[in-house]
Amino acid sequence: MAEEPISHPDPQHHVTSVGVYIAVFLALAAGTLLTWWVSTIDLHAWNTPIALVIAAIKAVLVILFFMHVIHSTRLTWIVVIAAFLWLGVLFVLTFADYLTRAWKIY
Amino acid sequence: MSVATTEEHHAHHPALQHHFEDLGQQHEASTLGMWFFLTTEILFFGGVLLAYWIYRIMYPEAWSVGAAQQNTMFGGINTIVLIISSFTMAMAVRCAQTNAQRMLVAFLILTLIFGSVFLVVKGVEYHKHYEEGLLIGQHFTWHEHPDLAPKVELFMCFYWGMTGLHALHMVIGAGLLIWIIWRAVRREFSPEYYGPVEVMGLYWHFVDIVWIFLFPFLYLIHRH
Repeated sequence: MAEEPISHPDPQHHVTSVGVYIAVFLALAAGTLLTWWVSTIDLHAWNTPIALVIAAIKAVLVILFFMHVIHSTRLTWIVVIAAFLWLGVLFVLTFADYLTRAWKIY
Repeated sequence: MSVATTEEHHAHHPALQHHFEDLGQQHEASTLGMWFFLTTEILFFGGVLLAYWIYRIMYPEAWSVGAAQQNTMFGGINTIVLIISSFTMAMAVRCAQTNAQRMLVAFLILTLIFGSVFLVVKGVEYHKHYEEGLLIGQHFTWHEHPDLAPKVELFMCFYWGMTGLHALHMVIGAGLLIWIIWRAVRREFSPEYYGPVEVMGLYWHFVDIVWIFLFPFLYLIHRH
C-alpha cells in the first residue's frame, strides 16, 4: 500500500479575496494617474525621486498581492529580497564608480 | 475529479510528479524555481536600466528631449491596459484555486486580449517613431535639435532596446498564455493542482512591473 505521505504545507495556501485584488488594481491605476499628473508640474529636483517612489510602491503592491509573496513561505521571501539586494549591489557599486570619477561625466 | 480517498488522492494524483512527495511540495518547488528565474530577469532588466541612468546623468538635455518625443497618451493607456491584464491574470489564478473552471478560461482569455491590445498600441507607436525618423541607425533622420541629435539617438537606442525587450517578453507571455488556456480548456487544473497557472501569473506580473518602471523613465521624467 501507499506509504504514509510526509506532510507539507497545503498547496492551496491562501485564496486572496476579490476585494483585495480590486483594491490593488485601483491603487495601481491611481498610482499611474498620479505619476502622470506629478510629471506635469515642476518640482525641480523632486520630479524624478517622486516618480521613482511611486513606481516602487506600485511594484511592491504587485509583488506582495498579485504575486502572492505576502502569503508565501519564508524561503520565497528570502529569494525575492535577495533579488533586490543584488540589484542594489549592482547599482550602488556602479554609481560609486561613475559618480566619483575625477573627470566629471556629468 | 475522480472520487478518491484522501490517501489515494495524495499517492495517485495524476499531476503529481514522482520526484515530489506531495502536491504541496511540488507547488512550492515550482513557484520557488520561478522566483529564481525572475531574479535573473530582475538583474537582466536592472543592467539595462543602470546603463540608461548613467547616460541620463551624462546627457540630461538629450534625455529630456528624447523623452519629449514620446507620446504620453499611448504610454499611459498602455500602462492601464497592462495593469488590467495583471488584474485579470490574478483573478485567473484565484479561479483555479476555487475550481471556477469556466471563469478560469475566461480570465485567461481576457489577459491574452489585454496583452494583445498592449502590443497593438506599441506597434502603432513604433510605426509613428519610424515615420518621425526616430528609428536608430541609417533611418535616424530626426533633426529638431541638430547639436543634440546624436545623443537623442542614443536615448532612442535605449527606448527601442528596453521597450523591445519588454515587448519580446510580452510576446513570449502571450504564447505561454495560449498554452495555459489550452490546458485550462482541457480542465487540467484544480484547487489541488494549479502550479502552471500560478507560475504563468508570476511571469506576467513581472513583465507588468518592468513596464511600471519603463513608463516614467521613458515617457514622463523629461518634463522638468
